Amino acid sequence: MIHNKEVIPEQPAPKGTIGPIAWLRGNLFNGPINSLFTLLGLYVLYLLVVPTIQWAFIDADWVGDSREDCSRVGACWVFVNARFSQFIYGLYPSEEYWRANIVFAMFASIIAWLVIPRLPLKRWVIVFALLAFPVIAYVLLHGGYFDLPRVSTHRWGGLMLTLLLASVGMIGALPIGIVLALGRRSQMPIVRTFCVIFIEFWRGVPLITILFMASVMLPLFLPTELSVDRLIRALIGLTLFQSAYMAEVIRGGLQAIPKGQDEAAAALGMTYWKRMGLIIMPQALKMMIPGIVNTFISLFKDTTLVMIIGLFDLLGIVQAALSDSRWLGFSLEGYVFAAFVFWIFCFSMSRYSQYLERRLNTGHKQ
Amino acid sequence: MSVRPNARPVGQKPPFWRDRAKRALIFQILLVAAVAAFMIYIIGNTQANLNARGITTGFGFLNNTAGFGIGQTLIEYSSQSSYGRTFIIGLLNTLLVGGLGVLAASIIGFIVGIARLSPNWLIARLANAYIETFRNIPLLLQIFFWYFAVLRSLPSARESMAFGEAIFLNVRGLYLPEPLFESGFGLIPATFVVAIVASIALVMWNKRRHEATGKRLPVFWISLVLILGLPLLILVATGVPVTWEMPELRGFNFAGGITIIPEFLALWLALSIYTASFIAEIVRSGIQAIPHGQTEAAQALSLPRKLVLRLVIIPQAMRVIIPPLTSQYLNLIKNSSLATAIGYPDLVSVFAGTTLNQTGQAIEVIAMTMAVYLIISLLVSMFMNWFNARVALVER
Repeated sequence: MIHNKEVIPEQPAPKGTIGPIAWLRGNLFNGPINSLFTLLGLYVLYLLVVPTIQWAFIDADWVGDSREDCSRVGACWVFVNARFSQFIYGLYPSEEYWRANIVFAMFASIIAWLVIPRLPLKRWVIVFALLAFPVIAYVLLHGGYFDLPRVSTHRWGGLMLTLLLASVGMIGALPIGIVLALGRRSQMPIVRTFCVIFIEFWRGVPLITILFMASVMLPLFLPTELSVDRLIRALIGLTLFQSAYMAEVIRGGLQAIPKGQDEAAAALGMTYWKRMGLIIMPQALKMMIPGIVNTFISLFKDTTLVMIIGLFDLLGIVQAALSDSRWLGFSLEGYVFAAFVFWIFCFSMSRYSQYLERRLNTGHKQ
Repeated sequence: MSVRPNARPVGQKPPFWRDRAKRALIFQILLVAAVAAFMIYIIGNTQANLNARGITTGFGFLNNTAGFGIGQTLIEYSSQSSYGRTFIIGLLNTLLVGGLGVLAASIIGFIVGIARLSPNWLIARLANAYIETFRNIPLLLQIFFWYFAVLRSLPSARESMAFGEAIFLNVRGLYLPEPLFESGFGLIPATFVVAIVASIALVMWNKRRHEATGKRLPVFWISLVLILGLPLLILVATGVPVTWEMPELRGFNFAGGITIIPEFLALWLALSIYTASFIAEIVRSGIQAIPHGQTEAAQALSLPRKLVLRLVIIPQAMRVIIPPLTSQYLNLIKNSSLATAIGYPDLVSVFAGTTLNQTGQAIEVIAMTMAVYLIISLLVSMFMNWFNARVALVER
C-alpha cells in the first residue's frame, strides 16, 4: 500500500476563487445577463443616491432661524430645527416639557429593560408597565394632581401623541384580544358567533371609517349630558380596531399548541382557566410575540390616521407646520423628517421581531 | 379504596352549577341578555340625541339633491344629482383606484419579490432596500409625499412637462390622448372575446389529448397569436376605426384627451408602492417555502428547468402565496379610503365626508359605507375559503 508519510503543507485556495475579484465575478458578473443587471442596478443606484446626498447633506442648510437662512438649493433643515420641539411635543406648553420628558424616559427604560435579554425581573416590569405606568403617565401628562397645572388633551401632539396612541391602543387591545380569541375557540355556539362577528366586523372595515364612527357616532350613542374627549374617542376606536387584529394573532398562537397539552391538563383535573393560564397561554404567548410586535408596527403606522379627525400626531403636526405662511414650500423636508422618524421606529421593531422569532424558535414548528 | 367524606352518593345528579352543559347555557343566556341590554341602551340614547338635534332617521335623504360637484366621475353626475348618486360615484371611484392599485401592486410586488431572490448580489440588495424602505413608512405619509411634495409642486399648465406631443404632466394632472371609436370598432372587442373562448377550448382539448396520447401542441404561443393577432387583423382589415384626440393647451389649461387628476395619481402611486413592498415579501417567502428537495427531485426526473418551475415550484408556491396575497389586496382596498386626506373623491371622501356633513345622517351614511367594505371583505374571504379548499393538500 502506498502511504505518504510526509505531511503536505497547507495550500492557499486556488486563484480566482477567493478575494474581492472572485466575489465580484461570482455574485455580480456571472454571465452576460447578470452583468447587464448589475450595470443597470448601479445606474439606478447612481440616479437615486447621488442627488439625494447632494440635496440632503451637501447643499443643505442646517443653521439659522428663518427661511431667509435657506439657499433653497438643497434641503432646508432649518425648518425642521425651528419646529423640532413642536414635532416632538405638539402644542404642549414648553415650561411643562419636563413632564413629558420623564414619561419618555420611563417609557424608553421599560422598553430597554424588556428588550435586553439579560436583565432580570421581566415579569414585574411587565406588570409595572401595564398597571402602574399608564397611571403615572396620565398624572404627569394631564396634570391636575399634586399641584401640576392641567394640560388639556387638545394641546398634546407630535411624536408624544403618536407613541401614546399606539401604546394605549396596544395595552387596551391585549385583554380584549385574549377574551375574543378564547371566545372564538369556545365550545359555546353563541359566544363563538358573537366573537366571530365582532372580530370580522372590525377587521372588515377601514380604520378611517372606525375613526369617523368614533368621532361622529359615539357622541350619539352616549347620554346627551356625557361628552367624551376627542382623544378618548380616537383611543376607543383604535383599541377596538386593534383588539380584533390582536385576537387573530392570539388565536394563531393558541392553535399552534398541540391539543394533547390541553387534554393532558384536563386529565389532571385542571379547570378551564387553570388550563389556559398555566398550560396553554404561557406556551402560546411565546409564539405570539413576533405576531404581536407586527400588529404593533401596523398600529404605530396607522396612528397617523387620527389627523383626519383633527388630532395632531407627528404627521398631523408636520402637515400643520407646512401650512404656516412663514415656512411655505418646505413640504419635502417636513415629510422626509417624519418619514425618517417613523422608519427608525418601525424598522427597529421589525428587526426585533425577526430576532425574537429566531430566539424563541424552540421547535414547535412542524 | 378510600371514600372522600363529601363524595356524592351514587345516582344523585351534581348541582346545576357543576354541570358543564347547564353552566354553558346559563352563561350564554347572560351574554345575550347583556348584549341586548347594551343595544337597547345605545339605541335609546341615539334616539334621544337625534330627537334633540332634530334629525330624522331613514334613507329618504338619498333621493334629495346633492348640490355639490365631484372632481372625478366615471358615470354621469352633476350637482343636480341625488345623494344616492354620490354613493355610486364614490363606490366606483373606490373600485377604480382599488382595481388599478391591485394590478400595479401585483406587478411591482412580483418583480421585486423575485429580484429579492436574485443570485445577483446588487439586485437582491436593491430589492431589499425597496421593501424595507416603503413598508416601514406610514401609507398616509407616502400619500402626502406624492401629493403635496411631488405632484403639487409640478409646473403650471403653460410649462407642463411634455412626453412627446401627446402626454403632458402638470400641477393639474396628467393629460393623455383619448381614443375616439368610430362605427365598426365594436367588431374588435367581439373578436377578442371569441379568441379568448377559442384559446380556452384549445387548452382544454390539448390537455385531454396530452393525457390520452402524450402529444402536445405549443398552446401558449397559439393562444397568444389568437388573442393578440386576430383582433389586430380585424383592426387593420376594417381600416383602423380609431382616432386619437390629443390634449391641447388652450388658455391656462389643457382641453381634450383624458385627464387624470393628481389626487388619483398620488393615491394610486402610494397604494401600489406601499402594498407592493408587502407583496414582494409574500412572494419571496412563498418561493422560499418550497423545499429544495422538490427542485432536485424534479431534476432527477430529468425535467428541463423551465418545466421544473412551471410544474413543480410555481404551483406549490402559489398555494403559500395566494392567501396572504388576497389579504393584502383587501388591505389595499381598505387603505384606499385614505383618499379622503387628499380629496380624491372615493366612497369615504364623497359619501362619508361631504354627504354626511351636508345631511347629518351619520348613522345611515356610516352604516352604508361600512357595509360596502364588509361586503367586499366577505366576498374575498369566501373566495379564499373556496381557494384553500381547492388547493389544500390531500393527505393520507
